[in-house]
Amino acid sequence: MSALCVVPFPACDRQALARIAGVVPASRLGVRPRPETISTGIPQVDELTGGVPRGGLTEIFGPASSGRTSLLHALLAQATAREEVCALVDVSDAFDPHSAQAAGVDLKRVLWVRCGRKVSRSSLLISRKNHASAGKRETRNEKLVPVEQALRALDLLLQGGGFGLVAIDLGDIPPEIARRVPLTSWFRFRRAVENTAMALVVVEQKASAKSCASLVLKTKHSAISHQQSVKAGTVPTHARLLHGMQLEVEVLNSRILQRKPVRSAMTSFDSRASWVG
Amino acid sequence: MPYAAIYIPDFLVAATARMEPALRRKAVAVLEGTPPVVTVAATNEAAAEVGIELGMTKLQAAAYPVELRQRSPAQEAAAHAALLDCAQAFSPRVEDTAADTVVLDIAGLERLFGPPAKLAQDLQQHASALALEANVAVAANPDAAILAARGFAGVTIIPPGKQAEYLGSLPIDVLQVAPEILGTLDRWRVRNLRALAALPEMALVERLGQEGLRLEKLARGTVERPLVPAEPPVAFEETMELEYPVALLEPLAFILGRLLEQLCARLEARALATNELRLALVLDIAEGDEEVSRSSFLVPRENQASDEKREIRNEKHYCLRLPLPMLDARLFLKLLQLELRTRPPAAPVVKVTLEAEPVKPRPAQGGLFLPATPAPDRLELTLARLAGIVGEQEIGAAEVLDTHRPDAFQMKRFAPFVALPSRQLSVWAPLPTLALRRFRPPLAATVEVHGGEPVRIVAGEIRGEVASVYGPWRSSGDWWERKTPRIDKDEHGSNWARDEWDIAMTGNHGIVLYRIYRALTSGAWFVEGTYD
Repeated sequence: MSALCVVPFPACDRQALARIAGVVPASRLGVRPRPETISTGIPQVDELTGGVPRGGLTEIFGPASSGRTSLLHALLAQATAREEVCALVDVSDAFDPHSAQAAGVDLKRVLWVRCGRKVSRSSLLISRKNHASAGKRETRNEKLVPVEQALRALDLLLQGGGFGLVAIDLGDIPPEIARRVPLTSWFRFRRAVENTAMALVVVEQKASAKSCASLVLKTKHSAISHQQSVKAGTVPTHARLLHGMQLEVEVLNSRILQRKPVRSAMTSFDSRASWVG
Repeated sequence: MPYAAIYIPDFLVAATARMEPALRRKAVAVLEGTPPVVTVAATNEAAAEVGIELGMTKLQAAAYPVELRQRSPAQEAAAHAALLDCAQAFSPRVEDTAADTVVLDIAGLERLFGPPAKLAQDLQQHASALALEANVAVAANPDAAILAARGFAGVTIIPPGKQAEYLGSLPIDVLQVAPEILGTLDRWRVRNLRALAALPEMALVERLGQEGLRLEKLARGTVERPLVPAEPPVAFEETMELEYPVALLEPLAFILGRLLEQLCARLEARALATNELRLALVLDIAEGDEEVSRSSFLVPRENQASDEKREIRNEKHYCLRLPLPMLDARLFLKLLQLELRTRPPAAPVVKVTLEAEPVKPRPAQGGLFLPATPAPDRLELTLARLAGIVGEQEIGAAEVLDTHRPDAFQMKRFAPFVALPSRQLSVWAPLPTLALRRFRPPLAATVEVHGGEPVRIVAGEIRGEVASVYGPWRSSGDWWERKTPRIDKDEHGSNWARDEWDIAMTGNHGIVLYRIYRALTSGAWFVEGTYD
């Protein structure tokens, strides 16, 4: 009678075997390499998010005066300081070169595409047609024209390639209009920047790219700071100077570090007015 | 000292067929003159075989199976320039002998291009790339080379000292002498150069003078004369006159493609590129349409005012300025197509002229650690396409103007390839700066003022009580200008004065900061933008 004897395979031998054979344990297959990120220029935000990912779509959303544009300008300043070429698709022609320059943006390296100022012939025809039928529809279409132009412009810029940062500013577009941009468009844009060194940034009032975004940041305004030259008594308005705003940034979704969305995390930073020394 | 001659047989036909490759294998006759006296000026070999003769009227020629084309001096000039470019690509010493013939000094070129036989082959191939079928001959002196190129098809190499032997078999008419001398020689039964070379010198001078002696030396291949180098042409221009007016963009693009290919080949032959392309279209406009066309052509454009001035009567000009010297016919064609789509001509096109500004190419070595930038050609194409979507004036790089006038900037051409000074990190503000989002044009507002402060504001969708006020700050400028701006907008070159306020209002999503101002010239209130 013979006895079957099971000899346990030593753990160290198993690891050595896997190393030799180049076998990756199944538990590690889900770990993606960390994408390259670019600094936002705001240490608090960098610490929270790890930066804006290259080859991915980043959404910065929030209401008016929540610091979205300040964050965008800081990003552009960082990118242009690295001598990268950037593009800004400005849907509502709201970009202010003076405050961008004050934020450190090298304007010569930023291609500014101002949408909505020229209505294309085809759009005009649509507009006229709607005018005859319903005035309300026409108003909506007029608002859509710059968005359509911006999406076409963005498509061209992403296809052209070579930019370090491409931003689309939908900050003044009502959320109901921005939401009409089909999800497939956002997927297409994400695919266009994938495996490139481009970072795509979308600024808007409400998040609309949803699952296509690699990083979703929500901005919020928390307080206004001001200086006054009169210490006591009734302060006249001209004795007060708007100093800046305290802003909060919340990370709602990030695929930079993990596959699963992160839980919400928040930080705050100060944004000061350009005339403050 | 060896010389090479390039000769284009049937030059008038070759110049016409250069832009229409389909004609090269067909019988072609070139007509000249104005109706009703239009006669055949030149034919190719195939046309001569079917019976076409020089001097035939157009009606007579039309009875034969030949392609008839009107003679075009512009096309002939372009073909001649291409011939010179071909020669200049090999040697700097080129003699512009005739419209169909050039001679180049090839002494010392062996190390660069190999032996004379290979050089001659290369010359022929190069001419073929420029759409010219050429005969090439190499000989010890220019005139022997010219005679051999005119007399023998293909490539001919005459070893030194054997000119008389090689040239002897050529007919006497290759000498291109006066008809009376040709008649005399014919009466003497001198039909080829060998017979002419055998005549005694003294007897020939007695009968034909010094011209006779020159002809005999030519026939023997012993004429020694210095080469007269020509100045290289500076104009790179290609023209095509169309038999029928072209009204659609697609056939026009086909023609432009041809011209661009030729132009780029010529530039490449001279190791040049271009940074400016000028397209001139002659339009088919009847006399009655003149006023209409003039009004439609003279639409003012801010940046190209100088170009518009050139637009006269039935011509339309386009100018394509490139940020870097480029040489890509396909890219140029695409850019021209986009330009034509943006500003289409108002009438069918009958003549196309394309001119390139020659510049030296600027080869650039990309740094390994430098950030990637868009490829210049692709960026140019992207910019042209963007201009088609949003307008030419709406894309570019903003440049802040040196003035205190609010929102004073100008759009400059986006050219990130020009060496820009790099920015230092220390230049930056350490904290993020509050950004302003502008309303263009500023929103007209109705403001309720109490005690000199705005307390309530209504401007479109912006309405409500003012929570905090900062200001006012008074500023003014251009007060030396007499012009007063319109109420609804600031105009450049007009005086301005305003009281500016920063206000905070409570909205649905919290506090919103606005910049408002009161124009002191009109007393009107405006919302300039939001701080964000």
